[in-house]
Amino acid sequence: MSSPSTTVATSSPVVKWVLRLVVVAYLFLLLVWPTWFLVKNTFANGMTGIQEALADPDVVHALQLTAQIAVASVAINTVFGVGISLLLVRQRFIGRRVLSVLIDLPLSVSPVVVGLALVLVYNGQFGWFGPWLEAHGLQVVFAMPGMILATCFVILPLVVREVVPVLEELGEDQEQAARSLGANAWQTFWRITLPGIRWAVVYGVVLSLARALGEFGAVKVVAGNVGGETQVATVLVQQKYQGFEQDTAYSVSFMLVLAAVLCLVVVALLRPKEGKK
Amino acid sequence: MATASAVADGRPARWRRSASSGSLTAGSSLGLGVAMIWFSLLVLIPLSAIVVKAAGGGWSTFEHVLASEQTRSALQLTVLSSLAVTAVNMVMGTMIAWMLVRDRFRGMGLLDLLIDIPFAMPTIVVGLVLLSLYGPDSPIGVQIQNTRWAVLLAMAFVTLPFIVRTVQPVLEELDTDAEDAAASLGAGRFTTFRRVILPALVPAIFAGAALSFARGISEYGSLLLISGNLPGRTEVVSVRLFSFLEGGNLAAAAAVATLMLVVALLAIVTLDVVQRRVARRV
Amino acid sequence: MKTTIKVAAVAAAGVLALTGCSGSSSADTAHTVNLVGYSVLEQANAELIKNFQQTDAGKGVDFKESYGASGDQSRAVAAGQDADEVHLSLEPDVTRLVDAGMVDKNWKDNATDGMCSQSIVVMVVKSGNPKHITSWSDLTKPGVGIVTPNPASSGSAKWNLLAAYGSVLADGGSAADADKYMKAFFNNVAALPDSGRDATTAFTGGTGDVLLSYENEAILARQNGTDFDYVIPDSSILIQNPCALTTDASKSAQSWMDFQKSKEGQKLYAETGYRPLEDVGDVTVEGANDPSNPFPEPKKLLTIDKDFGGWGVANDKFFGDGTDGAPTGILTKIQSEAGQ
Repeated sequence: MSSPSTTVATSSPVVKWVLRLVVVAYLFLLLVWPTWFLVKNTFANGMTGIQEALADPDVVHALQLTAQIAVASVAINTVFGVGISLLLVRQRFIGRRVLSVLIDLPLSVSPVVVGLALVLVYNGQFGWFGPWLEAHGLQVVFAMPGMILATCFVILPLVVREVVPVLEELGEDQEQAARSLGANAWQTFWRITLPGIRWAVVYGVVLSLARALGEFGAVKVVAGNVGGETQVATVLVQQKYQGFEQDTAYSVSFMLVLAAVLCLVVVALLRPKEGKK
Repeated sequence: MATASAVADGRPARWRRSASSGSLTAGSSLGLGVAMIWFSLLVLIPLSAIVVKAAGGGWSTFEHVLASEQTRSALQLTVLSSLAVTAVNMVMGTMIAWMLVRDRFRGMGLLDLLIDIPFAMPTIVVGLVLLSLYGPDSPIGVQIQNTRWAVLLAMAFVTLPFIVRTVQPVLEELDTDAEDAAASLGAGRFTTFRRVILPALVPAIFAGAALSFARGISEYGSLLLISGNLPGRTEVVSVRLFSFLEGGNLAAAAAVATLMLVVALLAIVTLDVVQRRVARRV
Repeated sequence: MKTTIKVAAVAAAGVLALTGCSGSSSADTAHTVNLVGYSVLEQANAELIKNFQQTDAGKGVDFKESYGASGDQSRAVAAGQDADEVHLSLEPDVTRLVDAGMVDKNWKDNATDGMCSQSIVVMVVKSGNPKHITSWSDLTKPGVGIVTPNPASSGSAKWNLLAAYGSVLADGGSAADADKYMKAFFNNVAALPDSGRDATTAFTGGTGDVLLSYENEAILARQNGTDFDYVIPDSSILIQNPCALTTDASKSAQSWMDFQKSKEGQKLYAETGYRPLEDVGDVTVEGANDPSNPFPEPKKLLTIDKDFGGWGVANDKFFGDGTDGAPTGILTKIQSEAGQ
């Protein structure tokens, strides 16, 4: 949007190159080189590392479990995220500002705190709701629902933060026009609002997916680390690394990072298509 | 992002700030109700359970927890490290954002993607990755495992994108007219940067700094393998919390968690106030 | 159109996820063993499980295993984690479950007194033993960093500390001498990781000069290529790991436990470094200091029952945490005074 200014700081070649050097060096040492090691260690023996990892039933189960939890929590979060965004932007109600601030809370909370919070409420022996829920057949802690809840908690703000600014920018003109022409709320949403925010939703979904695949601390606290049952891929990585199976740890790590990076690449490719301002 | 077009009959688009429809419709009320129930069950009730558990023992729980030198040490290390890393990020993040927006050389798209990698990487993998390069088998002879440098390094990795991503859109929107005007009036490069550009970026930098600090004090997975979790030396609050939790001492865990929530809240509020002050001064 | 596809995809994924939920519970629970074990047990059990599944009793039996610090695992089961068999580091962690009503109080009434495996405490040192650590008194020398797990969470930790304390008594020292020694001991502690396995990881990652651990853990690590040495000190304690079935355990769990205690099972445990409960003949154990004579007797081998009055007495006497009216244990006090 703004063309590189030719009259300001960037015009001095010395400053420009110093800037480039510092930034590139920082990113290389902090980010690029360590990440390269992940790739190197995974493929140190060609494909055997990954093949052996995939031959381990615990690994396969952990990857499946991670995928299931990620998809479920992203799906739930998208629905609520879009809904909450609409409410925040289009409606006035008491506590709107407070809700807006609270939505951002999960970004500042340690994953271990998330786990503790959920355990205090949903544990079957001493939680607030846990015993009642388990008496009615729903086990939350040490089971799938708990892991999905933990993941939902940490990804909660991601969709909302993407959609809210776009909704604010879109304005209500078209929606009000549609309503005045007789469309009901659902039609207005489906045909006017949703297409307007679809890229924001996609970006939010992809970010949440990447984040959900990588969740570690919260799920570890809630789930109980039962191999082949409640052990997600990230927890498996720690266990394998400490269990003298570093190669498997690297292979699984690589697969997780690859999946998340693919998500980001997809978004990066999609972004130009949404049209320049 | 797509922008709405003006209304068909040619009237200028109305100022489109937040909601203009007054009270809630029936459908919206239901939606709000459902959303609030979900939000409560997921976030509000669990977080208040922590505060209740911590407060349940009265002040003695907090006293007991803070009396432990190990816990105090963990708190100090965590907060100070996160502050240091946030300060570095405020500088580096702005520089990186500047390069991404103002300096278009080949490979910039790749760099843009790289910045998002800390978002994409599971924290436990971050630990593994840093351990490969800066741990016992370091190919460059830099071994910082089990030291406080490891804590700083891991925090720097995971908080890298925050300030970059808050500053980047502001820089993109920034009109160069003011800069050109300043330059034509004879202002030097750094003066222009300091007086024209930086003030516009300050809100974004501080917003990103709040996120970076909060993320830093919450970090857990990446520190497990590389910091050594040495009590009184490289143990961070999250690790301490986890030990309390697994050890069945839920009251202490809740007390530490409450402290962390308060610290995060304080940081966010402080940065917001500082940012307003700085913005007003200019 | 695009959004319709997206919604459909999300819905399909949601359905898949839910079927995933129900899928895991459709397994036949009679042929499943939920095994909750202490941290270093995993690799040893892998071999036993494989062999067990080839026996008649073990055919088609599915294992769900969870491993972690003994104390933490015990608390997790008490807090509701599924378990058919618990195989933990020391007796008090099973007693906790008896008190919680999850394990029958007669769990020890059998041929092995409730034990499934045993080992001793050894000192793990860097390859070549650069600091020449060979005895308990070497541990309190200045500049020696000791790595031992945290007794609040780990079973290995309690065995280590009792072995240290007991070494003074075995040498003819008094309780006061032992207290003095333990003070110096805690001053030299470089790290207190959560579990026995975490301690191994910390040591191999560069922390400390000496690691106190199970002999079987040291041997296992060396079998897997970890480069360090271990020393059997003059006096050590016999580590006895209990195993018990929970009150609602499946029948397969009983067969599994019988297999663990059988000669075949004990031989497999011996191959990963455990000292067998009964005579299993000659075993060559890779990774031991001398693979053909893997389990030499230390000069003085203490036992929890003979030398410490049994865990019922010793756990409170040494490790009581001072809450709920329980006395503060001797070692707990020394540990906190040392600022650890």
